[in-house]
Amino acid sequence: MKRIAIVMVLALGISACEREDRETRPDPAVSGMEPKVTLSSIIPGGGSPPPPSGLAGQYEGNAYHVSQGKKYYTWFNCNGCHANGGGDSGPPLMDDTWIYGGDLEEIVSTIYEGRPNGMPSFRGKLTDEQIWQIAAFVRSLGNNVPSDAASGRNDDLNPHPPEGQLESQPPIDGGTAPPSGQMPQ
Amino acid sequence: MSARKFVYAVCVLLCVLLCAVTSSVAQQLPAPPPSAAPSENGEWTMPAKNYANTRFSDLAEINVDTVGALKVAWTFSTGVNRGQESSPLVVGTTMYVLAPYPQTLYALDLTQPGAPTRWQYEPKPDASAQGVACCDVVNRGPTFSAGKIFFTTLDAQTVAVDAETGAELWKVKLGDIAKGETMTMAPLVVRDKVYVGISGGEYGVRGWLQALDVDSGKTIWKAYSTGPDAEVLIGDDFKPYYATEKGKDLGVSTWPPNGWEQGGGTVWGWLSYDPDLNLIYYGTGNPGPWNPNQRPGDNKWTAGIFARDADTGAARWFYQIAPHDLHDWDAINELVLLDLDWHGEQRKVLVQPGRTGLVYVIDRVTGEVLSAEPFHVLTAITGVDLSTGQLQLVPEKMPVENRVIRDICPTAPGAKDWNPSAFSPVTGLLYIPHNNLCMDWESVTTSYIAGTPFVGAEVRMFAGPGGHRGEFSAWDIIAGKERWTINERFPLWSAAMATAGGLVFYGTMDGWFKAVNAESGAVLWQFKVDSGIIGQPTTFLGPDGKQYIAVLAGVGGWAGAIVSNDLDPRDATAAKGFVNAMQDLKGATTKGGTLYVFGLP
Repeated sequence: MKRIAIVMVLALGISACEREDRETRPDPAVSGMEPKVTLSSIIPGGGSPPPPSGLAGQYEGNAYHVSQGKKYYTWFNCNGCHANGGGDSGPPLMDDTWIYGGDLEEIVSTIYEGRPNGMPSFRGKLTDEQIWQIAAFVRSLGNNVPSDAASGRNDDLNPHPPEGQLESQPPIDGGTAPPSGQMPQ
Repeated sequence: MSARKFVYAVCVLLCVLLCAVTSSVAQQLPAPPPSAAPSENGEWTMPAKNYANTRFSDLAEINVDTVGALKVAWTFSTGVNRGQESSPLVVGTTMYVLAPYPQTLYALDLTQPGAPTRWQYEPKPDASAQGVACCDVVNRGPTFSAGKIFFTTLDAQTVAVDAETGAELWKVKLGDIAKGETMTMAPLVVRDKVYVGISGGEYGVRGWLQALDVDSGKTIWKAYSTGPDAEVLIGDDFKPYYATEKGKDLGVSTWPPNGWEQGGGTVWGWLSYDPDLNLIYYGTGNPGPWNPNQRPGDNKWTAGIFARDADTGAARWFYQIAPHDLHDWDAINELVLLDLDWHGEQRKVLVQPGRTGLVYVIDRVTGEVLSAEPFHVLTAITGVDLSTGQLQLVPEKMPVENRVIRDICPTAPGAKDWNPSAFSPVTGLLYIPHNNLCMDWESVTTSYIAGTPFVGAEVRMFAGPGGHRGEFSAWDIIAGKERWTINERFPLWSAAMATAGGLVFYGTMDGWFKAVNAESGAVLWQFKVDSGIIGQPTTFLGPDGKQYIAVLAGVGGWAGAIVSNDLDPRDATAAKGFVNAMQDLKGATTKGGTLYVFGLP
């Protein structure tokens, strides 16, 4: 019994370490890498889209990165357009509808590039690491990050339960243009 | 003439005189100055109907007796399913309809069955402008003058189009969307000038009003709402009524250093014009950011009313409705120009049902506040001190950094937002479509980043006392109180229109278009359209000589953004907290963009 308890404590300790694990000085060669995204479900001639960079797990599985992202989300006025995930002039970020894709790298790409119907481009305005962190927090708004990495509380007026307790809304593949995003016929 | 006949004649004369006197006393109702509200010609050429902003038509074929038979005559799709805040105009035999972004202007031929399209004009605004439109991609209407249609575009351009052919006459860029500058208001034309203002009060935009040449679009003058007197066009003619508006460069000194450069005071509402005084009147928007703790001072000249010389733009007077505004209380609402007997004295006034929850009656010659009476439940203010003009605040409802202040009424969109009231000279009443909402508010520090929102407040709204969220009220201006009120499930975001047929029209966000008895408030007719109504009803005489009523359906705007922008109701703060009060709207209506025209069979 005692042994089981020790194993459990160790296991918890190890997972907690991963949750908090972070590089204080990320490798510039890695952090400078812009995401590879595919916005279409059609790959001519068949096959699958090129693999993502593999950075996603590092960011969205890490409580530090998600919590930094939550801070920057407010600092850089993301909340001005997307509120606390429910949206405003910009679309909601806590639902399953993603015009330009809801995977981490796709969100990173959207923040880098901007999008034609109003999303500003933040390239050169934020560091690469900040962009990945914000994107990781955005993923947590749909509860699409490991629950031990998601934030457990809000510092301000409580807009909704903490991200870790929200209903999980996995993105619908391929990105979906909501009717309001469509141009008139 | 015999003596008896003479006595009889005198009696009759006296009787006639007496009758005239008593009836004139009984009928001494407020009325717009005739120069600002000319007699009816069956057209509707500007959104507010006339310079006095009465939204009243003398047409009476559709009236309390016939309205029950009102039927849809024809419909038309604007092709855009976003918030339709615009007003259908009718000039001659053509109807003009302006869609929200991308703001296609349609001219419809009223002489043909079903009113087919004569032409359409596409200004092709920059799509990125949608990202800096605070409250849906709305437009509040085109305006017509001397053969031209004028309107503003979301990417801050003003356009003049030939009303006959649809050919673009000129198009000028007046703002930069990279700084959050957009345009949503309906222009006003006086003689050779078209007046337009800038939107973006939630983006730290420095507000202004410009007069453009109607023939070229060239700027004749530009008056900022903040900054040095020279740029606000404050000079020797400036004679405000209250001491708090007097002093040099208050647009700089009532701000923290350089705060006025991102200080708001945008101009996106309604303009009035008094031809006798040659003054234009308009309100300025909220100061930026919303969080008041980041901008100590009175924040001149935001959240107040300007009177300016129509030719030179020189400021004549200013009254600040909300000095150091605490709750996003823009003063941009309509200013209805009326002449009335104010306790035995003839006064020229303007009347504004304000976001603060008070109906202001202000002397439009001097800027003196004659009365300010509540039409909404108040918890954050108690009223106005008429000796100083100062808004009386409730200290415990003042925002404190990082603390949630609860039960503030009215809310950020105010007791009533942009959607204008109507005034009937027949009843002497002002018909006010408005909200019944309260809110919780937390001020949080925000940074100014050009092209992104500059707000600094976490807000959630909810229904006010009674649980209903909207009210349609008939207001007695002299008595300063409601005559009757219709409670509505959702906030009212549509304009009102009154007619000589004894009717008042308005629409609801769940899609009911209603005609009510202007005297009693009884609903005489209603029709369910395809989407919520947030537009401005108008009425006109068709080429067939019959009266028609027109309105755009299509929910959206700040209140309806939950539907038009597909917002997620699980976030109480979505759409700056409005979503919390509108969680059930998705179940009550869907998106739309349809013009409805009604007539008698």
